[in-house]
This record gives sequence, structure tokens and C-alpha cells, in this order.
Amino acid sequence: MLRSSFLNSTLPLGLLLLIWQFVAFSFNSPVLPSPILVLNTLIHAVQTAELPYHLSITLYRLTISFFLAMFLGTAIGLFLGRHSKLNTFFDSWLIILLNIPALVTIILCYIWFGLVETAAIFAVVINKLPNVIVTIREGARNLDDQLMEMAKAYQFGRYKTLRHVVLPQLSPYIMASARTGLALIWKIILVVEMLGRSDGMGYQIHLFFQMFDIASIMAYTVSFIIIIQIIETAILKPLDKKSQRWK
Amino acid sequence: MNQLVVDIKKKTFTKNGDREKFTAIADLKFELSNNEFVCIIGPSGCGKTTLLNTIAGLDNNYEGSIDTNSNDVNLHPSYVFQTPRLLPWRTVLENIQLATQSDDSLPTIISILQHLGLSENLHSYPHHLSLGMQRRASLARAFCVPSNLLLMDEPFVSLDQPTAKKARKLLLSLWLEQPRNVLFVTHDLNEAIALADRILFLSDSPSHIIAEVKVTLSRTKRTTDHVNAFKNQLRTTHPNIQQFL
Repeated sequence: MLRSSFLNSTLPLGLLLLIWQFVAFSFNSPVLPSPILVLNTLIHAVQTAELPYHLSITLYRLTISFFLAMFLGTAIGLFLGRHSKLNTFFDSWLIILLNIPALVTIILCYIWFGLVETAAIFAVVINKLPNVIVTIREGARNLDDQLMEMAKAYQFGRYKTLRHVVLPQLSPYIMASARTGLALIWKIILVVEMLGRSDGMGYQIHLFFQMFDIASIMAYTVSFIIIIQIIETAILKPLDKKSQRWK
Repeated sequence: MNQLVVDIKKKTFTKNGDREKFTAIADLKFELSNNEFVCIIGPSGCGKTTLLNTIAGLDNNYEGSIDTNSNDVNLHPSYVFQTPRLLPWRTVLENIQLATQSDDSLPTIISILQHLGLSENLHSYPHHLSLGMQRRASLARAFCVPSNLLLMDEPFVSLDQPTAKKARKLLLSLWLEQPRNVLFVTHDLNEAIALADRILFLSDSPSHIIAEVKVTLSRTKRTTDHVNAFKNQLRTTHPNIQQFL
């Protein structure tokens, strides 16, 4: 167990750091700071409480928009997957939504709703929502009709059918869209913050860009990679394990 | 009083995207009363499963009527499908509890599972059980649910002979303990004679009843020899069902 965790994460990450150090050392340019410098900047940013402040604001926006997008997307996706006529009707809407560039929706939200928190979160949700809908719809189309009949024959009712028959079948699709969703939301949320907020990681990175502070940009990036790793190992992996335990 | 009255005038399906109509059932009439065990035999594709689905209320799109007259109006038919149809992500016990809808049913469930030899597998997931055990679990689910009518759709198909025979024996002993009307679909006449009070023979689709046979053998005497003798007797008395003999 220990050995495989060493082989699967410690070694590749160590190798990456080594390459980084080597390239930074050989170019010796301010454009690529060495890992040690980045680590020092990171520690400093944490000590001044600047990084925790902006990171927590971004995490707060991420959490709200993530759960909103997942909840709405699962509900709509399930509905469209089970009603083929509605699905053919709304399919073109979905394709349009899927393909509008994130930047356009963000700018439109800010223009229409003002430079406020709601507009920022709404913009992130609108960007993520169609992806969730498409993934969950695929899962809803593949629901086992035999089990649905069984639930109907034994009078399960709506809630029990949803909880014990439908959601367990959707769980791989929900997990997939949670993973891709988390990655996508991170990317979009920084743009949203850069364009119309005066706090958060995106705002900070934009500031560092103007000051050409590359070590800080990389330090912020590292902090966010660490957070993603924690979410993956502390939340997503155990959830995966739990939903697969019957196999 | 416990009665099922089926009178289906017409049941159609649309094929090839609304263009063609296919009549599965036409003028099918029969009754079950007083905890009878009735087997239905028919050629494959004649609409036997369709018939059970309409009786179970899974398909309400037909002309005619299906009435259950029973003292307790809250009872619903329980259904043993052709495949076990257990939720793979729930244990045997959870699968049954979900169907029974009540929390105080645990002693009943355990005693029925014991009867079926599954008391060791209460907390097993269906994937870890053999097909025969899964079928027994689905039988247990049907009997744990309070019900006035048990629908069974070739529940023992694809089991090897000794296992199927054992399963039939268990079914009969459960049924004698908890009597109810049973409608059992099969394509195996020997199985039907071994189990039924009465056998209904269905025609090709659009299906209707072509013969009705009362199994006069006493339940204690349904050995292979007696079943074969009964079949021979049917040959002379019911020449119109030669295809099934």
C-alpha cells in the first residue's frame, strides 16, 4: 500500500519538481522562478493571511456555484433523459448553451445584473450547467427499465424510486460530472473574478500579472493544486468507494 | 373473498414508429378465485408477459377491464419477474424491506428467508449470490409483501432441473402457508401440471384462451409418473392442445 502510493504520487511529483528546478536553474530567468522561491512566496502569502483570505472567497463561490449547477443539472438532465419529446424540443437550446463562450456569458451577466456577487455566481452556473445536463441525460437514458418496472410493481413511490433505483444508477455519471465540473468551475471562476470582482484568486492573479510577479502567480497556483488534491482524496475518492461497494 | 376477473377486449402495440399496429391480446377472459393456483401456457411471443404486466398495473393502455375483488382494498399484486430484478446496490434484506414498505416486517422476512434457505445471506449483495439464490430472494420478496395475488413470469427458467424442482417445492410450501391467488406463466407443461389447480392454454397472438384444464391429480401424488399419465390423458381429452404436449 505504502509502496504503491510512493510509486503513484510521490515519485511522479518529485520528478516534476526536479525537472522544474533543473529548467529554472539552467535558464536562470525571472520569468521562471525556482520551486524553492515559489515555496517561500507561498509561505509568506499564507503568513500575511492574504492567500487564505482570497482563497476562501474563491472557495466559497466555487462551493455555491458547484452545488447549484450539480443540483439543477441533475434535475434537468434526469427530466430530459426520461421524456424524449421534451428532450428533442430542448436539445437545440442545450447545444446553444454548451457552445456559447464562457467569456460572453460572463460579460453579459455583468452587464445585465451589474458587478455583483449574484452575477458572478450566476455566470459560473450558466457555464457549468449544460455539461452536467448532457452527462446526466445520458445516464437517465440508460436507466434499467426492468428495475423501474419492479419499483412500480412494488409501489415504491417517487421518493423511494429516486433514492434507491435511479440515483444509484446515475452515480457514475454524477461522479464524472462532479470531477469535470470542479475543474471547469475553477477555470471559469478565476476569469469571473478577474473581470468583475475585487477579491478572490482571479482578482489577485490579475494583480500579479500587472506587476509581473510570477512567483506569486505560481504560489497561488500551487495552493489551488493542493486544495484540488485534498478535495479529490478526502471527498471524491471515499464517495466513489462508497457508491461502488456492492460490486 | 379474493377474486381476480380479467376481461381484456384488446391490447395493441405500435411497431415501427406508429406505422404498424400489432394486436397482442384479443378477447381474453378468465377468473381466479379463492386462492387458486393457475398456470398459463402459450407459445412464445403470444403476449403472456404483456398479460401479467397489464394485471400488475405496469401497462394501463388496453381495452377491457381487470378487477380484483378482495376484502382488503390496499393490497397490490406482487410480481416475480423472469429475471430476479433485485437492486444490485442493496442487500437481500434491504431489497425486501424496500418492497414491504413497513418496518415491523423484519420477523416475517427472516422467517421466509429461513424457509428458502437464505438466512445466511441477509446482508449479501445480489452479485455475490448464485442465480438460483437470487431467484429465491425474489420469491421471498414477493411473499413478504402482503398481497392477494402473486404473478409469476417463468420464474424458474434457466435453472437446472434439480434446482428448479427444489424451487417449485419451496414455492408450493410457501403458498400453502400463505394462500393467495397465483397466476404462473410457463412454457413447460410438466411444470404446470406439477403446480397448478387449473391450466389455461393460450393461442398464438392475438392471444385468447383455447383450452382450460383442471388438474385433478391430488397434490401429494404429482410425481413424474403421474404427471406423464395425466399428460397422456390430456392427449385424448383435449386434441386441440397437441402443440403443447
